[in-house]
Amino acid sequence: MTALAHVPTPSGQSAPPPPPRRGRYGLLPYLLLVPGAAWLFIFFALPLLQLAAASLYDPSGSLSTGYALTWAFGNYPEALQAYWPQFVRSFGYSAIALVLGLLMGYPLAYAIAQKAGRWKNLLLVCVVAPMFTSFLVRTLAWKTILSDNGWLVGLLRDVHLLGPDGRLLATPIAVVLGLTYNFLPFLVLPLYASLERLDYRLLEAASDLYASSFQAFRKVTLPLSMPGLIAGTLLFFIPATGDYINAELLGTPNEYMIGNVIDSAFLVRLDYPQGAALSFLLMAAILAVVFVYLRRAGTEEVL
Amino acid sequence: MRISRWLADRWVMLVALLVLGYLSLPIVVVAGLSFNRPSSRLSYDFNEFTLDNWTHPCATSDMCDAVVRSVQIGFIATVVSTVLGTLMAFALVRHRFRGRAGINVLIFLPMATPELVMGTSLLALFVAAGVPQGFWTIVIAHVMFCVSFVVVTVKARLAGMDRRLEEAAMDLYASEWQTFRRITLPLVLPGIVAAALLAFSLSFDDFIITNFNAGTTVTFPMYVWGAAQRGIPPQVNVIGTAMFAIALLLVGASSLRGRRARRADLAVRTAPAKIRS
Repeated sequence: MTALAHVPTPSGQSAPPPPPRRGRYGLLPYLLLVPGAAWLFIFFALPLLQLAAASLYDPSGSLSTGYALTWAFGNYPEALQAYWPQFVRSFGYSAIALVLGLLMGYPLAYAIAQKAGRWKNLLLVCVVAPMFTSFLVRTLAWKTILSDNGWLVGLLRDVHLLGPDGRLLATPIAVVLGLTYNFLPFLVLPLYASLERLDYRLLEAASDLYASSFQAFRKVTLPLSMPGLIAGTLLFFIPATGDYINAELLGTPNEYMIGNVIDSAFLVRLDYPQGAALSFLLMAAILAVVFVYLRRAGTEEVL
Repeated sequence: MRISRWLADRWVMLVALLVLGYLSLPIVVVAGLSFNRPSSRLSYDFNEFTLDNWTHPCATSDMCDAVVRSVQIGFIATVVSTVLGTLMAFALVRHRFRGRAGINVLIFLPMATPELVMGTSLLALFVAAGVPQGFWTIVIAHVMFCVSFVVVTVKARLAGMDRRLEEAAMDLYASEWQTFRRITLPLVLPGIVAAALLAFSLSFDDFIITNFNAGTTVTFPMYVWGAAQRGIPPQVNVIGTAMFAIALLLVGASSLRGRRARRADLAVRTAPAKIRS
């Protein structure tokens, strides 16, 4: 997790850079690396190549009769034409969820880092604690919370925020709410790590120089929390876009995201060329978004 | 005027508490539902209080089989990924060598790739290679996505470590192996333990990658996924609550240990000052 790279080390203990080792150590680092690197190469990098190959299989083949690699680039436009609404929806839902997540996550991270005092650790545990219970079990709990005869819907109907037949479950609201909920901790933790290092005296200096609290936030806090903000945004957005559990459990086929389509292409319809093409398109689209975002926000703190 | 001033000071804290409430609401619901006797198989609402689910957690034996299988997979994946990842972290922090940047990218990429893409690509590979899917393909997949997290966690611990302690040991004629055994390993151990716990929880909770590589093998998340269509037995909430309680106990225990260690550390450091005064 990129977040962990930002965990502050105890100050004053920054170890001097290790001296370069040569001679009899020449082989040792490679020996230490080979097992793990080989595992990642064989089971991460190689599969991606296989996925690329599968996306170019002849679409008329099947699992039982076998596939031929015919460089069928037509798989891509076909898949996109059939499923572009789900694609757009995936990015739209996660973008809305991200905005909601930032609105909730920033005050939370800021409060824990700067205002919580001796409650800091307890509050941090409260942020991480939900993740101890299974992702799916928690998402199903939202089904109970948002259910048509639950207290929340009743309350919203009473204050006329929902019509008498209005509902939350099986609507886009439920899916976005679930996405926000499930990935919020990934946004809060790196944000917290960078806000924790923020020197409070800088804010005092800003207010001494007649900055309003909003100006101080915009000119001091926000720029200094950028590394955490970038890392958190990516840790939120990438898994949220590829998620299909929330859409499946809290939505209906009208809310399906691209993940639901890919799941069914591989596991139900057994259409591997199309599934692979969609999967590859998803990765390319996410990479493109991340790349543009990082170009604007600056990469040096993230990698 | 007074109230608005108070609000201006506290609104960040108020929002934070509201957000924490939003984050913990499902946990409360899961714990509550673990005491529920549902009115029907497909009902998600609270119906009637009962202790049956806790006294007979394995009434649905499929579910317990799935939990046991998840623990087995999690255990193997944790051991393998912790060993592989720790070795890599040592190589990356302690050595300078050719190809370091490339290795760093290879470690970073799995964390930045959507699980969906990793899951489908592994499935494509296993199918193309004719590998039957099941228990061991799940283990392979879990090790793959856990390794990166282990490397990052152990690396952070190693990088924050004071090298002078090892140099001191060497100055006192400790052999390299002795230095590693007596100084380095104990100091890195908390990082390795944290990495192992992280790996286990990632493996135990993974659904997406497992779903594509499981064949007919059922893990706990896959059981829940299947049951969501057929009706969730309330025992699922018992497992969810129990996992939460166990994890909370572990966190509590480690923070207590940490506090005691810090207090001891403080006592040692302040002792000379006290003697002097």
